[in-house]
Amino acid sequence: MSILIDKNTKVITQGITGATGLFHAQGAREYGTQMVGGVTPGKGGTKIDGFPIFNTVEEAVKATGATASVIYVPPIGSADAIMEAVDAGIELVICITEGVPVLDMVKVKKYMEGKNCRLIGPNCPGVITPGECKIGIMPGYIHKKGPVGVVSRSGTLTYEAVWQLTSRDIGQTTCVGIGGDPVNGTSHLDTLKMFEADPETKAVIMIGEIGGDAEEQAAAFVRDHMTKPVAAFIAGATAPAGKRMGHAGAIISGGKGDAASKKAFLRECGVSVADSPAEMAEALLKIWQP
Amino acid sequence: MNIHEYQAKAILRNFGVPVPDGHVVYNGNSARDWARRLGDGPWAVKAQIHAGGRGKGGGVKIAKTADEVRQYARDMFGMTLVTHQTGPEGKIVKRVLVEEGSNIADEFYVSFLVDRATDKVTLMASAEGGVNIEEVAEKTPEKLFFEAIDPVVGLTAFQARKVAFKLGFAMPQVKQAVPLLMNLYKAFVESDCSLLEINPLIQTAEGKILCLDAKINFDENALFRHLRIRDLRDYEEEDPMEIEAGQYDLSYIALDGNIGCMVNGAGLAMATMDIIQLHGSSPANFLDVGGSATIERVTEAFKIILSDEKVKGILVNIFGGIMKCDVIAAGIIGAAKQIGIEVPLVVRLEGTNVELGKKMLAESGLNIVSADGMADAAAKIVKAVNG
Repeated sequence: MSILIDKNTKVITQGITGATGLFHAQGAREYGTQMVGGVTPGKGGTKIDGFPIFNTVEEAVKATGATASVIYVPPIGSADAIMEAVDAGIELVICITEGVPVLDMVKVKKYMEGKNCRLIGPNCPGVITPGECKIGIMPGYIHKKGPVGVVSRSGTLTYEAVWQLTSRDIGQTTCVGIGGDPVNGTSHLDTLKMFEADPETKAVIMIGEIGGDAEEQAAAFVRDHMTKPVAAFIAGATAPAGKRMGHAGAIISGGKGDAASKKAFLRECGVSVADSPAEMAEALLKIWQP
Repeated sequence: MNIHEYQAKAILRNFGVPVPDGHVVYNGNSARDWARRLGDGPWAVKAQIHAGGRGKGGGVKIAKTADEVRQYARDMFGMTLVTHQTGPEGKIVKRVLVEEGSNIADEFYVSFLVDRATDKVTLMASAEGGVNIEEVAEKTPEKLFFEAIDPVVGLTAFQARKVAFKLGFAMPQVKQAVPLLMNLYKAFVESDCSLLEINPLIQTAEGKILCLDAKINFDENALFRHLRIRDLRDYEEEDPMEIEAGQYDLSYIALDGNIGCMVNGAGLAMATMDIIQLHGSSPANFLDVGGSATIERVTEAFKIILSDEKVKGILVNIFGGIMKCDVIAAGIIGAAKQIGIEVPLVVRLEGTNVELGKKMLAESGLNIVSADGMADAAAKIVKAVNG
């Protein structure tokens, strides 16, 4: 078991003929993911490096039986690409694209209401279930199959946490990059609920950052409902208020969303919080032994 | 992206939102001339900088004669205005707005923003206008009203009416406030704003409702479809190094410390700043080189970091994913040779092709300290800088 994706997941790539889309489709295929094709309007019926191309997601789903889609379409068309995947009955949509206008995402969220589809991202590294399925841009080899779930807004900081685990010979069930945008498909809270329900996941590392209150909502769930140990790190203790730190969502505004208050609340909720990003695995090992 | 008040009011005017008549000027004489064209006075003379709280610092004056308008404007040009939002260094006034004066009978607060909790645009309003709204939110949250807006139907008339009545308007004012609020929402979505704030919205002694001040921030990710808005950007209001960095797709923010940082990824960049502080020093900047750094970009990143005279050492922290460590190593070596780095340089590489990258750095003959892991890297750079 794992969450979201496993060895049976069939994936199509929206935007497969772009350089980024093709590069990562090839990387995922090499990792062992069932990359069954791609979508580029106007290139349907052709192939690229062995991947069959379709004009629409609907056609691709019909022909391949794909249940997951990964999106590398540029920001101007990302929202449309997500909605096309939702409409075609795709169950899991992972949007890697950075720079999607926030009001486009507001519309997408409304469009998805009541539909049987989960969106991860946008502006995220993707999702990996080590040894089974990799969808996204993360380097596969730093991961290892095992009992820890990882959820994070950030890409490279997730790699850092994963590497700390793998170097200690502790593997991961699934690593989920939910993305750094203010309006996104899946929250820390949603992901913790899935990890709690997954029998193979025994413990969780949650990586947050300044801005918003998503980490606090997740911490309240840990306090009230979670039976598995959770460790966390919050990036941005040194970030000045009112400045957007790279991620559109990473901004302390109106005196809210600073790292100190987030950490304090997480600790109150029983989360083991690492003050140093070098001690994310250590923080977990303080409260849990594999 | 931020714009000036006079630009925000011009946008609102285009959406049929009532704002005072006014004109931006660049010198005292034209301030006086525009005042005469605007009517008989009194006039408001308002310094245009990208920060709130201008009144307290002397950036907003009421003039009774056109000559007074000229004098106030002359006083403002070139002055360094310090407010609670500018930081202690303040901002130099280069543009002034001359506006017809209004007889304020009552002040209100109205704003639109994207609420992360509901994933919807939300209208926030209060009868407590003209004051610091963050204080109102903290001390008397019951005085703030919210309406979450459905993106399909937009702000409805009944929602606008609810808000207008909660603000305490009588029916003649409700009739003005409803279209005003609906047009503000239209301006928000059609211009891809991230914040639209009217503080204060006023009722005049004559019973008219209008926006006395206006602040708009735009979603930078949406500027590709708003070229005319993009042109409103005032580079003089921004940090020159941040502008320079932006031209190379580097995300850079200057900070107060003395250790420069170069990192790939925003989360890891923040974490790197944090670990420097945990080791007893402080970061000079946030810098995300992004996912596809080339030798050119790494070189530019070094140049930007080193242009800050406070920088006494540099920490490079790269976790290679798509970006291979040997490419980063080549970038560092190329940049170091090209521009000459005279401060201590600690490099932590991890990820794809890490061994090759480390080998290249070791054999480069450059004075680069290699580190294993973030803690080791932070300890080494802090020691090198602080001794």
